Amino acid sequence: MADTDKQALLQFLLRMGDNTLILGHRVSEWCGHAPVLEEDIALANTALDLIGQTQMWLDYAAEVQGEGKSADDLAFLRDAWDFRNVLLVELPNGDFGQTLMRQFLFDAWASIMLGRLQSSRDERVREIAEKASKEVAYHVERSADTVVGLGDGTEESHARMQAALDYLYPYVGELFESDAVDAAMAEAGIAPDPANLRAEYDALVGRVLADATLQVPEGAFVHRGGRDGAMHTEHLGHLLCTMQWLQRAYPGCQW
Amino acid sequence: MTHPSVEQVWDWLGEVPDPEIPVITLTDLGIIRDVAWQDDTLVVTVTPTYSGCPATSLINFEIDRALREKGVENIELKRQLSPAWTTDWLTEEGRAKLEEYGIAPPQPAGGPERCPRCGGTDLEKLSQFGSTPCKAQWRCRECLEPFDYFKCI
Ligand SMILES: [Zn+2]
Repeated sequence: MADTDKQALLQFLLRMGDNTLILGHRVSEWCGHAPVLEEDIALANTALDLIGQTQMWLDYAAEVQGEGKSADDLAFLRDAWDFRNVLLVELPNGDFGQTLMRQFLFDAWASIMLGRLQSSRDERVREIAEKASKEVAYHVERSADTVVGLGDGTEESHARMQAALDYLYPYVGELFESDAVDAAMAEAGIAPDPANLRAEYDALVGRVLADATLQVPEGAFVHRGGRDGAMHTEHLGHLLCTMQWLQRAYPGCQW
Repeated sequence: MTHPSVEQVWDWLGEVPDPEIPVITLTDLGIIRDVAWQDDTLVVTVTPTYSGCPATSLINFEIDRALREKGVENIELKRQLSPAWTTDWLTEEGRAKLEEYGIAPPQPAGGPERCPRCGGTDLEKLSQFGSTPCKAQWRCRECLEPFDYFKCI
């Protein structure tokens, strides 16, 4: 594989793996704090699936990188500017409704993306997508149900869900941005151009939000800078302080 | 030196309990995809149930230990992602053991067929997730008991 192609593949894999890593960590912050036991367990299981998917993506990323690193090295020994996740997943949890709204906005994208990746020309990407999409099918079903339940719920829950959507929606656009990495992946038949997923996404999200009696915010402003590492939010550094604490305090520690 | 036969190895693996649901074995679960000798190395191919299932490393450890106890020295564990594990690979025996243990076995319809305690069919879903990644929580409206359902994937 030509070096530029290898670099593009590495960036693509980091984007996939960092999305699931950072979201998985965020969701795991709920462990022991959710409003009811069933939701606590559901959130912990979702986080676990996301971390498991991270392992598959970052294992492959580390192999492609070819510097003898492991998935753990990539997760715990990089600093904020080297992360390639979209800004959406690093945002703080907020209340339970905001967490589930963020989850739904991500799950809807992930379910469509992983569906497309199952016909990737890269065998390993195809296998990971096949495995992960089975899990994501459960995630999106649950997060969509919860968004509808809370959106079309009480006056209080409806107001909170609308506020969550208004806050999070400007972060959705970054999932569909395209750059040279995406062009290289599309050219090689490894991954779709993200922009091509937008219509399907809007249809799915529009249907669920309508059921939830929520209004899709107007305005085309998009917060960007995560997936190319140009500018993360201040929140990522704080998250990494917690997530990477052990490796920062005891470099190279193993157990 | 003669190797134990592949059939023999399958029988041995059929005695290794799943670490999280010990009433079923690894072969009941359908996660052992292949057993083969490559020269003097026994290659066991395993597929994960859920990608983040914390039992995965423990399962590999248990396979390794069980085979070493039988005198196999060179063991290689291969992870296979595709085809992805499906609950269709649970054996009939495994499904019966699950139900007897109180876990409703997976159904293509996406929900349990009957309450594993009383056989009741008036059921409701409590949560799509349960105590392990592979389970969901349901409740029987007849005996009023909650129970685990092994999710169909
Ligand atoms: Zn019952």
